[in-house]
Amino acid sequence: MSSQNLTIVQAVRDGLYTEMNLDDEVLVMGEDVGKNGGVFRATEGLWDEFGDDRVIDTPLAESGIVGTAVGMAAMGLKPVPEIQFSGFMYPGFDQIVSHMSRFRNRTRGRYTLPMVLRAPYGGGIRAPESHSESKEMFYAHEAGLKVVIPSTPYDTKGLLISAIRDPDPVIFMEPKLIYRAFRGEVPEEEYTVPIGEAAVRREGTDVSVFTFGAMTRPTLEAVENLEAEGIDAEVVDIRTISPLDRETIVESFKKTGRAVVVHEAPKNGGLGAEITATIQEEALLYQEAPVKRVAGYDVPYPLYALEDYYLPSVARVEEGIREAVNF
Amino acid sequence: MSVLQRDPQDQVRVLDEDGTVVGEVPDIDDETLVEMYRYMRLARHFDTRAVSLQRQGRMGTYPPLSGQEGAQIGSAIALDEQDWMVPSYREHGASLLRGLPLKQTLLYWMGHEKGNEMPEGVNIFPPAVPIASQIPHATGAAWAKKLRGEDDTAVICYFGDGATSEGDFHEGLNFAGVFDTPNVFFCNNNQWAISVPRERQTASETLAQKATAYGIDGVQVDGMDPLAVYSVTKAALDKAKNPAEGEGRPTLIEAVQYRFGAHTTADDPTVYRDDEEVEKWKAKDPIPRLESFLRETGRIDDEGVEAIEADVKQRVADAIEAAESDPRPDPSEMFNHAYAERTPEIQAQYEEFEALREKFGDEGFLRE
Repeated sequence: MSSQNLTIVQAVRDGLYTEMNLDDEVLVMGEDVGKNGGVFRATEGLWDEFGDDRVIDTPLAESGIVGTAVGMAAMGLKPVPEIQFSGFMYPGFDQIVSHMSRFRNRTRGRYTLPMVLRAPYGGGIRAPESHSESKEMFYAHEAGLKVVIPSTPYDTKGLLISAIRDPDPVIFMEPKLIYRAFRGEVPEEEYTVPIGEAAVRREGTDVSVFTFGAMTRPTLEAVENLEAEGIDAEVVDIRTISPLDRETIVESFKKTGRAVVVHEAPKNGGLGAEITATIQEEALLYQEAPVKRVAGYDVPYPLYALEDYYLPSVARVEEGIREAVNF
Repeated sequence: MSVLQRDPQDQVRVLDEDGTVVGEVPDIDDETLVEMYRYMRLARHFDTRAVSLQRQGRMGTYPPLSGQEGAQIGSAIALDEQDWMVPSYREHGASLLRGLPLKQTLLYWMGHEKGNEMPEGVNIFPPAVPIASQIPHATGAAWAKKLRGEDDTAVICYFGDGATSEGDFHEGLNFAGVFDTPNVFFCNNNQWAISVPRERQTASETLAQKATAYGIDGVQVDGMDPLAVYSVTKAALDKAKNPAEGEGRPTLIEAVQYRFGAHTTADDPTVYRDDEEVEKWKAKDPIPRLESFLRETGRIDDEGVEAIEADVKQRVADAIEAAESDPRPDPSEMFNHAYAERTPEIQAQYEEFEALREKFGDEGFLRE
């Protein structure tokens, strides 16, 4: 297969492009996704390529965007609506939790919604208010939705194609802090990365560090730094927030007996709580230390002058790992 | 007859593009007219400097207002002392006129929460970033004034053309119509919601006509004509607070205008609109229009304009100096205002945070 060297945001675009070429039912809709190519350029060039009926600039109305996509999907189209920032998903929240998640269940499978709702999420880009939150757990809490967060260009394209082909609705959250942070090999052809499978990014024996999205970066850096202290950490990229790959989590934990979870979302009710509970339920007797959560604080996300203090930093992750290892 | 008693498609104008009087000049004293001009110049100069600060990396993403000074100043100057203002995120000019120091506007866009700490007596809600979300607040605030018998107070709410597509716009105006709240809903129709043109927001011929569906008056005004904006806003405020007969009632004003610059400094408008269109609208620039009127009517001369220019430059320079020399917010501040008191959980996180800072210093947190 031929491949290209892409950033994450280019891989989003490439995933959309690839799937739109293969399947006429796939369409993109949202605010500024057309001529402008999306505010992050995730849909750049698609409007020229596929025209106004498949790359649709909508009125500024998130409930309208999600709600009409629900209707389209029920009729068999595969809409991929974009919400410009995840902080603006809330006018569409009712549509997401009352309908997008439940059409299949409410109709005993008669109507299904093969749609993907994309939105960039997370902090660290010095953005204005309401542009930096990480609220994936709102959606993970809702049965009927799948929640995916990639962290590499390869996974981004492969997971996005899987999401579009998935018979159920998927919330696809993109870590905008690392949209352009680095490049990776991405095949030009179609391929999929399975939803529901975590990826072991680094094997280790002393401690398992679970993370996802933009936080994979400080986590991997911290783990490398800790090699000098003789700590051999395993890093698991969760990739799918819901349904959670409990098997990989438990398997890794059984090997190390110690765990750290790193996410930028608030600690209270964050994915760390679910991972901790999973470990308690399925691997209690392997546990050698309390599970350490390195997370956002339980306060509103600060304006950007203080955001570095809110987000897990390399030093915070290192300290969390030391705590778990030295218990 | 009130300036509001007209077809929503019949745009109110007082000055034409050259500043020639083509409508009824509102009853404003000379001093206030010159102040109007001063604040418009101030808003424009502030805007130019703010964009430049962002370009130099001294400020984060910033939403420019150039082209919209006539609508902001012309409306805000019509408010009475006790009135309230509920803004979107672009109302730097209107906020300044209503008493929010430029320094605070700068701090907000520099990422300091303190920018939103309104000084005592400044009746402004914090800017609402999610589109249209502030509109129901404005209805509720005005409703509260009415329920508490504070009949001398109205609430003006600013939002853009894109906001009229959101559910919150509908719900806010619908409540206002049902409960007769003393509101002025001021829509800054600047033609573009980032890259999406006004025609893509609604099939309605005007935004003003949407008022009809809520059982309230809607009026369209040339938003780049500050005197016309003043006239309609004053009439709407009077109708909200001191109606000639019956109860106070809300109004929807559509101020037709243009943003000369980008949606924010993160946006590149050349991707979606052409220079020709921008130039066409620049010919309607509200500042030379008002200046020409003031000169023609002998209210200002070269000397007056120069004095205002010097004053404006000084005030903006002083505000930038003050904002940049303001101490960095203490990081522990983020734990202080989530609730009236820190919960035990937040207290524990605060203590852990302080221990980490003690151990690693700020370098343990700050990224490049």
